[in-house]
Amino acid sequence: MSSLGGGQPGEGGLPAAAPEPVDAPDRVKVGVDEWVAEAEGRRAARSGLTGALVRVWERLPAPARLAILIGPFAIFPFITNEGNLYRYGLITIIYALLALGLNVVVGFAGLLDLGYVAFFGVGAYLYGIMASGHSGHHLQAEIAIPIVVISTALFGLLLGLTSWRLLGDYLAIVTLFFLQAFVIFVNNANGGLNDFSYPFVGKVDLTGGSNGLDQIDPLNFFGYHITTTKGYYFFTLISITLLMTMLYFVNGSRTGRAWRALREDPLAAEVMSVPVNRLKLLAFMFGAATAGFSGTIYGAVQSGAFPGDYDVGLLITIYAIVILGGLGSIGGVVIGALVVNGAPELLRSSSNARFLFYGVLLLALFIAMRPWYKPVVVLLGTIAFGFAVHGIASAVWSRGTAGHIEGGGQLGRALEHWVLLPRNTSSIAGWAYFALIVAALVLTLLRGWWRALALIPTLYLASFVWENKLVEQVSGATRLILLGGLLVVIMNVRPSGIFGTSRVEIA
Amino acid sequence: MLLRLDNVDTYYGQIHILQGVSLEVNEGELVCLLGGNASGKSTTLKTIIGMVRPRRGAVQFAGEEVSGRPTSYRIGKGMAIVPENRRLFGPMSVKENLEMGAYLHGGGTKEDFERVYSLFPLLYERRRQLAGTLSGGEQQMAAMGRALMSRPKLLLMDEPSMGLAPILVERNFEIIKEVHESGVAILVVEQNANVSLSIADRGYVLQTGRIVLSGAASSLIKDEDLRKAYLGR
Repeated sequence: MSSLGGGQPGEGGLPAAAPEPVDAPDRVKVGVDEWVAEAEGRRAARSGLTGALVRVWERLPAPARLAILIGPFAIFPFITNEGNLYRYGLITIIYALLALGLNVVVGFAGLLDLGYVAFFGVGAYLYGIMASGHSGHHLQAEIAIPIVVISTALFGLLLGLTSWRLLGDYLAIVTLFFLQAFVIFVNNANGGLNDFSYPFVGKVDLTGGSNGLDQIDPLNFFGYHITTTKGYYFFTLISITLLMTMLYFVNGSRTGRAWRALREDPLAAEVMSVPVNRLKLLAFMFGAATAGFSGTIYGAVQSGAFPGDYDVGLLITIYAIVILGGLGSIGGVVIGALVVNGAPELLRSSSNARFLFYGVLLLALFIAMRPWYKPVVVLLGTIAFGFAVHGIASAVWSRGTAGHIEGGGQLGRALEHWVLLPRNTSSIAGWAYFALIVAALVLTLLRGWWRALALIPTLYLASFVWENKLVEQVSGATRLILLGGLLVVIMNVRPSGIFGTSRVEIA
Repeated sequence: MLLRLDNVDTYYGQIHILQGVSLEVNEGELVCLLGGNASGKSTTLKTIIGMVRPRRGAVQFAGEEVSGRPTSYRIGKGMAIVPENRRLFGPMSVKENLEMGAYLHGGGTKEDFERVYSLFPLLYERRRQLAGTLSGGEQQMAAMGRALMSRPKLLLMDEPSMGLAPILVERNFEIIKEVHESGVAILVVEQNANVSLSIADRGYVLQTGRIVLSGAASSLIKDEDLRKAYLGR
């Protein structure tokens, strides 16, 4: 600026631009590519609240991270009642414990084991055979648990042998077969007519068949019986804390590294002289032992073992936990278990389910639409649209607003003034459900502002269907639809799991 | 003599890949094995490292017959390989990749790391970075560093120039030469005859599973047939 006002010669016109000298010091040199690119200086920090949270989390020492994950669980029993402690607390931790074992097999070693929950069942049944009114034996837990852990590890070893020659999908088929064989076995091993006659002892009612093995003893350590939910809760919590600590060290150890290397590239791991087969077996054994241990706890908690509990349904749940938490992430498993077990339980009440429904809609809206003002416009538009429809309807179609909201609550009462609630809903709601699906399909064809515009009536239609149809079946199908929606949203936000590290592909 | 292949025949099922291949690498030597596509270069390396077993013939390493031994045994004896396409462990850090290289030595001693870091100071800077985020040249360094972590006497390199820009190929071979000068024997398998012969002591030319030409690198580079086949003039 000063040079312009400084009265330089030739002020009247700009001098013709001289060609830049080739050796100008600040000129970017062409053709002298760096042998290595400067990656450090170019890393963009993740912005916003999530970025800050991630950075703080990554900087925390491991014990602090463990405390943050486990701390709330330790406080939970003191602020809730017995039923909630069981449903939200104990079952979540048992699932997390079970998922930690699967995380070693699938997350660390990369072996697609679909027979995993069979070991959970083996644990429960073995403990039941050793300590229950059904079998007549009453072994103490400090003896029974090591036996269970060692025998499930041996079962894991046997199943793991198949992984020497089978990879990927083929391993999945064989292990899934193993699970089915287990389920069929426990369904039939009741000493009945068709049952197998064992050497020396003849026919024995091992598992109680399809009725299950009942009257399993509570865990009994050196004469001390764990009888309360709280007792089991703390026992499981301590177990999982120990296991997580152990896995943290394993993950950073030579074996843990070798497992991860095996998952990434078995061939490269082999030329690093990693004993590939031995490590696969080790992963299977470790996972099976963990599953057997958690199965023992589960059997004792339920005081019974039933064939249906150890089937494909549980397998999917546990896989969902591991994948949602992030394959290979130890802390992620706990969060995954909390979401996968907690959310469906929360959804049993219709007012909770309503919050989640609108919450997921809002979240999806704000995540999927950019820039930020677009979802705001859609949201305001939908609210205004609803009041307009409601206002018109109350004037011309009194039946349309005569119904009442299911479940009530503050949000529910507010919605009564917004959403149409016909008195006799079944047929209208059915058609509306159909229309909603069509509208959702049409939405995928539209682009830009047209889509935003079309979203307004679609969203309104969605809440109409929700309030008039879905909310009534909240403890049944709706719960699962909603859970599915929640999982889709989470996996879209964090494609490699909540705590997962995003994958880096080598070119 | 460090490595010696004697009349090796290797099959993939019924397909006869290597047909009586014999070659030698002496201690501290830099040898290149040239050949076009499907000439059996990679199969030769796999036979040496033990990922495929030869049906006939002998593989001797450091005075011992190793053709019946597993890969890990040969690595313990002092072989190391930089695989084709480098095959780093992408989601693991550079340091963890190096530790994997020294798997047999419990993850590597301080001296192992110092040796590799002094050859490749850049790997020290990048030690906490995920290997998958490295550039192609950096990955090549990391793969070589990883192989050197196992304290090899013989480093096998499978097509180190693959996927690199010409200027990086030259730089890459300078590094290979540097590693060689630190006392490691190297067997380079390459398609790029020009640049590999320029640093090698000796060379072999492989063609549909047979060694068709061998000799000192300086004489090979002048060979008429080779020039026509590989250098295009």
